Amino acid sequence: MQETTAHPPEAAVTVRLTLNGDPITIEVSPSAILLDVLREQLGLTGTKKGCDHGQCGACTVHVDGRAMNACLRLAVMCEGQAVTTIEGLAEAGHLHPIQQAFLDHDAFQCGYCSPGQIMSAVALLEDHRIAGDVATVREAMSGNLCRCGAYQNILAAIQDVRLRRHAQEGGGDA
Amino acid sequence: MRTFAFARADSVARAVEHRQAEPGSAFVAGGTTLLDLVKLDVMQPSRVIDINALPLTTVERLPDDRLRIGALVTNTDLAYHPDVLADHPLLSQAILAGASTQVRNMATTGGNLMQRTRCPYFRDAAAACNKREPGSGCDARHGVNRMHAVLGGSRECVAVHPSDMCVALAAIGATLTLHGPHGEREIDFAHFHRLPGTTPHLEHDLDDELIVAVTLAPPLMPLGTAYVKLRDRASFEFALASAGAMLSLDEDLIGEARLALGGVATKPWRCREAEALLAGKRADTAAFAAAADVALADAQPLAHNAFKIPLARQAIVRALREAARRAGEDAT
Ligand SMILES: Cc1cc2nc3c(=O)[nH]c(=O)nc-3n(C[C@H](O)[C@H](O)[C@H](O)COP(=O)(O)OP(=O)(O)OC[C@H]3O[C@@H](n4cnc5c(N)ncnc54)[C@H](O)[C@@H]3O)c2cc1C
Ligand code: SF4
Ligand code: FES
Ligand code: FES
Repeated sequence: MQETTAHPPEAAVTVRLTLNGDPITIEVSPSAILLDVLREQLGLTGTKKGCDHGQCGACTVHVDGRAMNACLRLAVMCEGQAVTTIEGLAEAGHLHPIQQAFLDHDAFQCGYCSPGQIMSAVALLEDHRIAGDVATVREAMSGNLCRCGAYQNILAAIQDVRLRRHAQEGGGDA
Repeated sequence: MRTFAFARADSVARAVEHRQAEPGSAFVAGGTTLLDLVKLDVMQPSRVIDINALPLTTVERLPDDRLRIGALVTNTDLAYHPDVLADHPLLSQAILAGASTQVRNMATTGGNLMQRTRCPYFRDAAAACNKREPGSGCDARHGVNRMHAVLGGSRECVAVHPSDMCVALAAIGATLTLHGPHGEREIDFAHFHRLPGTTPHLEHDLDDELIVAVTLAPPLMPLGTAYVKLRDRASFEFALASAGAMLSLDEDLIGEARLALGGVATKPWRCREAEALLAGKRADTAAFAAAADVALADAQPLAHNAFKIPLARQAIVRALREAARRAGEDAT
């Protein structure tokens, strides 16, 4: 990584990152927030803005595979990182299993929180340090608020995918 | 949002040079405190110095067996680190009781030490607040002060230190390694955060320096620990009162006890008198209640937060009881 020194406030900074699998180079203001760059500069409006202060999870994206709040991250901090948004989950026209499970379990009403919920759920299933029991999953998902109160069905969707993965991997404890 | 200039540091020395060259500059680690407060116009850095490329992301076991945590280790990675789980479960429990998965994935060890109060008047640029604007007054004193401190406050400021991680560090004991323009120095965690006194804007003992590491004191053995956090909702909420307890047991007598409080005090609050009272006593509820009374003897309620005193008492008794139970299991 190159040392960058004096950037006056108005000067743009070049940032190279991987976005939904594709390497891209963007010019951003030093104070540009990742969420705003995704939505307004790159046209990826699937990631939502709720509170803009880390308190609701609507803006959840993956940075190097970990769920983060895009509203509390500078775009310039993503130099060299892999950012995945809700637009990057489906592969070759097939929904991610968590996306499909949200449909099957009716895990939303208005849908505003859903992209963030789904990004958190996908990261959660990949993070094997987090146990799979219902209480732990609830706790691990508490950074995503749903004003429609779809929590029960969101939980059911996550646990359904977990069970089916286990069955495919040949069992073991859930 | 107010704009700022930017620099990305590729070494600790360069980070400190950038910081020293521009008095209004600020480091950014996870960004979860800094950017939140820039958006509220509470913090106004002229330049943000990104320190994320620095090699401060590992937890090492030192030759003397203590754990040294790099300042950029995320709260999530620290909480799940096998050596932390083995030696200092209290630290893991306290971190996981705080914030959300996303915030913990972003938040760093150094940033957590430096997080600012959640006092709503501090966060409202239009309110009077001695911490944000020295000499402007304190709207919390006679305003809505349900969330504020009952320990360590002053006429000038009664804001709570909000960190869960720091409550565990207070109980465990730790040394911070700071890197400044004149090289490195070490400081006891207990002296890092300041009481507000007449200068609530001076929150810590840092002078153009970068926190590079936190080294934990050796663990007590055999050890039981518990972190009890009481709050307005079951998850993703700051503490109204929290207690971190560590106990070593000798048969059913307490060997050494450690106790620290969160949510009720203006800095991470170690209860040394209560600890001294517990040493050598039978590990029972009477001893725990007596320790809680000592820990809270100096508590001074404001108009809306008297409830925090019995709440903190409950948190203390429950944390000590649970720590003793776990220490007992560990010994057998
Ligand atoms: C919605 C929300 C809920 C939260 N809930 C909780 C909770 O329940 N419990 C809890 O304990 N915390 C909670 N937090 C606070 C969170 O833990 C802190 O914001 C976080 O730990 C800060 O770390 P950071 O790396 O993001 O800091 P940054 O925002 O990057 O930095 C914070 C400050 O520290 C300085 N700094 C950073 N690193 C260093 C360093 N190495 N040396 C010197 N200075 C440095 C920066 O200049 C800045 O002033 C919550 C935060 C949010 C947004
Ligand atoms: S309690 Fe402290 S932080 Fe809150 S308004 Fe008063 S001076 Fe400011
Ligand atoms: S918009 Fe980022 S957490 Fe609410
Ligand atoms: S579905 Fe409406 S906010 Fe969650």
